[in-house]
Amino acid sequence: MTASAATSEPYTTVIGLEVHVQLQTRTKLFCGCSTRFGAAPNTQVCPVCLGLPGSLPVMNRTAFTLALKAALALGCRIAAFTKWDRKNYFYPDLPKGYQISQYDLPFSSDGHLEVTDPKGGFVRNVGIVRVHLEEDAGKSMHDEAAGTADSRIDLNRAGTPLCEIVTQPDLRSPQEARAWLNELKLLLVYLGVSDCNMQEGSLRVDANVNLHIPQPDGRIAKTPIVEIKNMNSFRSVERALAYEAVRQYDEWQATKAELGTTPKQTRGWDDPAGVTRAQRHKEESSDYRYFPDPDLVPVTVDERQLAEVRASMGEPPAVLRGTLAAKWRISPYDADVLVNQGRDIVAYFEDVATRVGEGKVASNWLQQDVLRTLNERGESIDAFPVRPEALADLIGRVQKGEFDTSRGREIFAEMLASGRSVADVVASLGIAVVDDADLVALCRELLAENPKIVADVRGGKEQAAAGLIGQAKKKNPNVNPAKVRQTCLELIRAM
Amino acid sequence: MQPADLSATDIVAAIRQGDLTAVQCVEAFLDRIARLDGSLNAFLHVDRDGALATAAAIDARRKAGRPLGALAGLPVAVKDALCTADLPTTCASRMLAGFRPPYDADTVVRLRAADAVIVGKTNMDEFAMGGSNENSAFGPVRNPWDPARAPGGSSGGSAACVAADMAPVAIGSDTGGSIRQPAGLCGITGLKPTYGRVSRRGLVAFASSLDQIGPMARSAADCALVLETIAGHDPGDSTSLADVVPRYTELLEQPLTGLRIGRVRDHYADGLDPEVRRGVDEAFAVFEAAGATVHDVELPHAKYGVATYYLIAPCEASSNLARYDGAHYGHRAKPGEGHRAESGGRRFESPLVEMYCRSRGEGFGPEVKRRIMLGTYALSAGYYDAYYAKALKVRRLIRQDYLDAFQKVDLIGGPVSATPAFRLGEKTGDPLAMYLVDLYTVATNLAGVGGISFPCGFTKGGLPIGFQLQGPALAEPLLLRAADRFQRLTEWHVRRPERIA
Amino acid sequence: MTLARQDVAKVAMLARLELSDAELDTMTSELSKIVGFVSLLDELDTAAVPPLAHPLDTQNVFRDDEPAPSLTTAAALQSAPRHDGEFFLVPAVLGESGAA
Repeated sequence: MTASAATSEPYTTVIGLEVHVQLQTRTKLFCGCSTRFGAAPNTQVCPVCLGLPGSLPVMNRTAFTLALKAALALGCRIAAFTKWDRKNYFYPDLPKGYQISQYDLPFSSDGHLEVTDPKGGFVRNVGIVRVHLEEDAGKSMHDEAAGTADSRIDLNRAGTPLCEIVTQPDLRSPQEARAWLNELKLLLVYLGVSDCNMQEGSLRVDANVNLHIPQPDGRIAKTPIVEIKNMNSFRSVERALAYEAVRQYDEWQATKAELGTTPKQTRGWDDPAGVTRAQRHKEESSDYRYFPDPDLVPVTVDERQLAEVRASMGEPPAVLRGTLAAKWRISPYDADVLVNQGRDIVAYFEDVATRVGEGKVASNWLQQDVLRTLNERGESIDAFPVRPEALADLIGRVQKGEFDTSRGREIFAEMLASGRSVADVVASLGIAVVDDADLVALCRELLAENPKIVADVRGGKEQAAAGLIGQAKKKNPNVNPAKVRQTCLELIRAM
Repeated sequence: MQPADLSATDIVAAIRQGDLTAVQCVEAFLDRIARLDGSLNAFLHVDRDGALATAAAIDARRKAGRPLGALAGLPVAVKDALCTADLPTTCASRMLAGFRPPYDADTVVRLRAADAVIVGKTNMDEFAMGGSNENSAFGPVRNPWDPARAPGGSSGGSAACVAADMAPVAIGSDTGGSIRQPAGLCGITGLKPTYGRVSRRGLVAFASSLDQIGPMARSAADCALVLETIAGHDPGDSTSLADVVPRYTELLEQPLTGLRIGRVRDHYADGLDPEVRRGVDEAFAVFEAAGATVHDVELPHAKYGVATYYLIAPCEASSNLARYDGAHYGHRAKPGEGHRAESGGRRFESPLVEMYCRSRGEGFGPEVKRRIMLGTYALSAGYYDAYYAKALKVRRLIRQDYLDAFQKVDLIGGPVSATPAFRLGEKTGDPLAMYLVDLYTVATNLAGVGGISFPCGFTKGGLPIGFQLQGPALAEPLLLRAADRFQRLTEWHVRRPERIA
Repeated sequence: MTLARQDVAKVAMLARLELSDAELDTMTSELSKIVGFVSLLDELDTAAVPPLAHPLDTQNVFRDDEPAPSLTTAAALQSAPRHDGEFFLVPAVLGESGAA
């Protein structure tokens, strides 16, 4: 493992993350209400997720399986026996007055997820303390301006299945934290565990951060750990951590306060202002009075079940990168780009590459043409009008020299616009493939009309042949310029 | 024909045969409620119009020759701890005054599907916490045998309404004796089934690992009839048992020859009233006469039952009752009218916290507050191991006692309560004295097994004495058969309170 | 066993129960008595006994991920002490953060 990216800072930033992801189920963890995002308030609620008297939870099997998948992919040890606990606290987005979660016997623990900087800056294996399953709370909205006005509560989200993933404090820079989150998101999206959409709140991150500051006497001074909340994108995670590191160093220089001398502080990230701000300390915080939920029964997991889940997982991104690079002889960088675009892009790439019989050219077309277009259009690959067989057809023709790459791009653009096949586009654009006999006849004509160029070439100025290409295009727009040049040179040499 | 004189089994048969209409039957009971309940206060809500409409619809279906459910036309009173979509469900708490749930409890669904007629919701101790019904926010129920006395609790309204023939059967719930003890004190029969036999969905939770719904009626045979309808697997309750429901009513005939009944020596400790003791001894003699044998058995940890129960139940309750905070339903304190800004010397940290504390302070009665406080304390940081975790360990010892005892005997017999019905107000000043009324019943719930209580005699003063049988898990057929056999050999269960009859 | 009044007050806040001064006095003495009574369990050596949180031995109860009908918003809000037809309304929570 390499050290963190070379920095000039006189400290090491130590970061642990706590990530919550909503699982991609159709229904909530304990009832049949939909988990669809964006519905009108309080339309996806029932007696169970409203916490009405007498209502009882029954666990969603798919939620548990997805959570298992995530934990297995993170290399966690899966507990043979797990149970559900109540975390008791009062808040209006928590209608039962407790959250069903896991306390002393989480279903998984002791995993890891490695992240590599493709630019070679770092390789970091981040330990996972635990992954557990719990229910989400609803949403409370406060009109800050109104101050003491009522808060509004929407319980649509209450009871949505959540995986909580807690890392060891193994990350050593804000950049690493961001890269690791990207890798985690990629993994969970690959597995179909979560869509990890931060805008919709299906992935949420809190970070614990402090500094290790080497002292002249060789001792390492550690600053108090601060928990940062309210970060709405991976970019803001990186910015918040960077800000916080500097802030903590300034504070350290002013106060010399070390870990353990003050209670743990929570700070909120103010994105527009680019600062973290201290949050109010809650009274009698965190006496959650956990105890086993008597409405639910324990879950046991055996090897057969684990094997089934493993079999359904497919290759995780980290493995897939190596597989793609080796199988298609593409660079690790290219494999990284493709894998980071998600499972569907990889499938598309492999389909094209298989048909073309070569990885590199398929990868180039994917990266330069397909991905660029998808980005511009904000579309996903499953709705992309050029299907793999059509793209492979196009690439094959370019490789055979039926037309050049720039002509190929024109055809690609037309295929995109019209959704038609290569052959149809070629016909509609009036592009006819010029056969070799016609090409030779055309070149002979050109040489007869341009004795000066012929003389120049014979005199050793091969570049003079370029003057023939524009004329060739005028005579027949379908000719392949490279072929014109090559044929003319051959004819001159044979004179 | 006077419906109030008929057993539930006879009522169902009479309606099926056309000797009695459902409307006649329901009207007869509603009339008794109208006449008697002003003084007994067994009902919190009576649904006269709804019950008569349901009954009329059943009669119309019978006339048209369409199929009828197993309990067609049978009036049933339901404890107010069970959710009913068309009737208020208050748990006898100010917290839920006027609350109407948007759904029916599983038991209520099954009763309706069997064409039973729900006549009303019965009074109870608030949130089922109590053994006398004096903890109701809507006034105590009076014991039909002596209105100066308590009917027991917490299903006191259900017990009293059956004892006074205001309903042929009632539904109760039992967390530490709340079906069996009031049944015993009111001279009726009450069954607490094995944990999980009847779905808890829609039963307002008191202590989820102990709560169980069961039937209360004038006889074991009638309890069997109702249990057949309300028992069964509910995929909406993770703790509901999947075992097939036997035809309890068809399993009553077999004689008791060879049945081994255990007698627990500790039940005869100092506190046992001599008249209760005499009744219990006579009951054992009846069983012996019926062919059973009686054997002394040990439940060595039974004496820790009440202490164990009064940790586990309040711990679960403190969490189960957290939802009553005035935010989404139930009582909310009015804001800002000269409020006491402090609780225990602390200022509220926000208007929200103030609303929580004041709503709960106003909405809950003293016993509910006591148990929430006890449970919160026993689960809080630093006390969990000493109290809650300790109680769970003793709970295992208590369950093991039962498993061991049922290796030697088929059923365990004994008193339901140490004394007959006590006077209203007699124990209200002393919570601990009230907790001890559960002495003989709590261990059944801790072990998760079943128990039935039925009358086995009367005191000189005319108060019923209750006998309890406890059985292994899913031994309901045996419990019902033994109690039914006892009732074929005795007449205690057909006695009615004089001033009522 | 005697509980301190201020400890009982702390528990009351944890339980979100407002108690008057008189109630707090009564509660302190009653809880002390009850806690003294349940301490009867201390005489049992349970070091080797595993806890039993639930009488059932059942495990692995699941339901399929199949949608079931939700309530209408009107039904969801029907018992709310305050609502605006869309949301439950509660007094200001003043910047405390929520769950998870």
